[in-house]
Amino acid sequence: MTDQPNVVVTGLGTTNPLGGDVESTWAGALAGRSGVRTLEQDWVTQYELPVTFAGQLAVPAGDVLARQEMRRMDPSAQFAIIAARQAWSDAGAPDLPGERIGAVIASGIGGVTTLVDAWDTIRDKGARRVLPLTVPMLMPNSPAAYVSIEVGAKAGSHTPVSACASGAEAIGYALEMIRTGRADVVVAGGTEAATHPLPIASFAKMQALSTRNDDPAGASRPYDVNRDGFVLGEGAAVLVLEREEHAIARGATIYARVCGAGMTADAYSVAPPDPSGAGQSRALQLALEDAAITAADLVHVNAHATSTPAGDGVEAAAIRAALGDDADHVAVSATKSMTGHLLGGAGALESLFTILAVRDHKAPPTINVSDPEPGLPIDLVRDTPRELPPGQIAAVNNAFGFGGHNVALVITSA
Amino acid sequence: MAHSNEEILAGLAEIVNEETGLATDAVQSDKSFTDDLDIDSLSMMTIVTLAEEKFEVRIPDEEVKNLTTVGDAVSFIAQAQA
Repeated sequence: MTDQPNVVVTGLGTTNPLGGDVESTWAGALAGRSGVRTLEQDWVTQYELPVTFAGQLAVPAGDVLARQEMRRMDPSAQFAIIAARQAWSDAGAPDLPGERIGAVIASGIGGVTTLVDAWDTIRDKGARRVLPLTVPMLMPNSPAAYVSIEVGAKAGSHTPVSACASGAEAIGYALEMIRTGRADVVVAGGTEAATHPLPIASFAKMQALSTRNDDPAGASRPYDVNRDGFVLGEGAAVLVLEREEHAIARGATIYARVCGAGMTADAYSVAPPDPSGAGQSRALQLALEDAAITAADLVHVNAHATSTPAGDGVEAAAIRAALGDDADHVAVSATKSMTGHLLGGAGALESLFTILAVRDHKAPPTINVSDPEPGLPIDLVRDTPRELPPGQIAAVNNAFGFGGHNVALVITSA
Repeated sequence: MAHSNEEILAGLAEIVNEETGLATDAVQSDKSFTDDLDIDSLSMMTIVTLAEEKFEVRIPDEEVKNLTTVGDAVSFIAQAQA
């Protein structure tokens, strides 16, 4: 497909455990700071949760949004709208017909806080006390709907739901919208607000969460021998993707290009990845093919790397299988070590990190790796950022989800 | 414990303020919910639900369309709690 338009990134926004905006988040990541802290909500002790920490927003949504916005949106939509406003403003609020603007905002779980709290209301007080906006608040497409209203996106408003691959799938979907001519500008990203007792209890019961309650900041340790599960995080990241010619014509600042996407499925299990890593490896190969680059061109991967005992090893092997000996010159970062795992927001936040990595030629560090897995077949960036080669460079963001969803995105410097 | 009309008006004004951000002193008996206060049907249902809880009364759904003004709502709640 030689006649496909190039797609560039012209706006970024985020709110997450490391920061309430892009530059504070990036500064925190490069400094190797952890955004994970002990939870102080009453429900932690009330429900005897076995995990008492998470990555909560560095800047509470209530500090940014109006009181009425807080009341009418589930936290997942609140986080998305905060990130989308930043990204849209950062892109210079492009002036074009709404019919040429799209919105793709993913969520892994949707409005779980609204859903479960409304259940408490109906159980305790009866049906008459259930508020009329309950369904529009709990539905997983609510963040996409709010963002489409915010920017006037009329080309389409979509919500990929593929667990922890959702945020990256949204960017892949946005890429397709622009390539196929459905839109010139697409606001795309992911959001999650699952810091709620039910998801924590469930993930803990799966033994998917770290239980390092006495050391929250040290709990997410991808590729470390003593990793014991992921750390829940919350937040959103949103990008403004744009047809390159459109961006150039309006004089927009271009952060990076999104050059390719690979999406595959394991067809193996609803929870753990296929231990062979075949689906993950194929996603990475397809992304490189789609971007028309080879493994030799690649210098950086932001790994999915959640810090679960099973998942990290499969991904490392899959990266090696896809890249072969070229894996030797690819710097791999695992930023969930600092942010926790944003589930449906993860693929979007980590794409944002990948974009900033190619912009600044700096791979962010992976923290808490005091004892790396022996024989790790990838070159992990530990403790401090690593300089990436000068000139035009290419990087990949990996994102995988329960259900066997595998997404790899290729991002190159502008 | 029955509330006076003044207490009901003040309580409704707080609910409307919470839901819409309108200043409490904008919520007067002669104001129309839709025409003066710009409250849509979904917000109206939210306000009614919150008012039921606050004043411990039942406002049937079919009654809501008859509550054109703030004063209509105050009167209905006053009678319902009697």
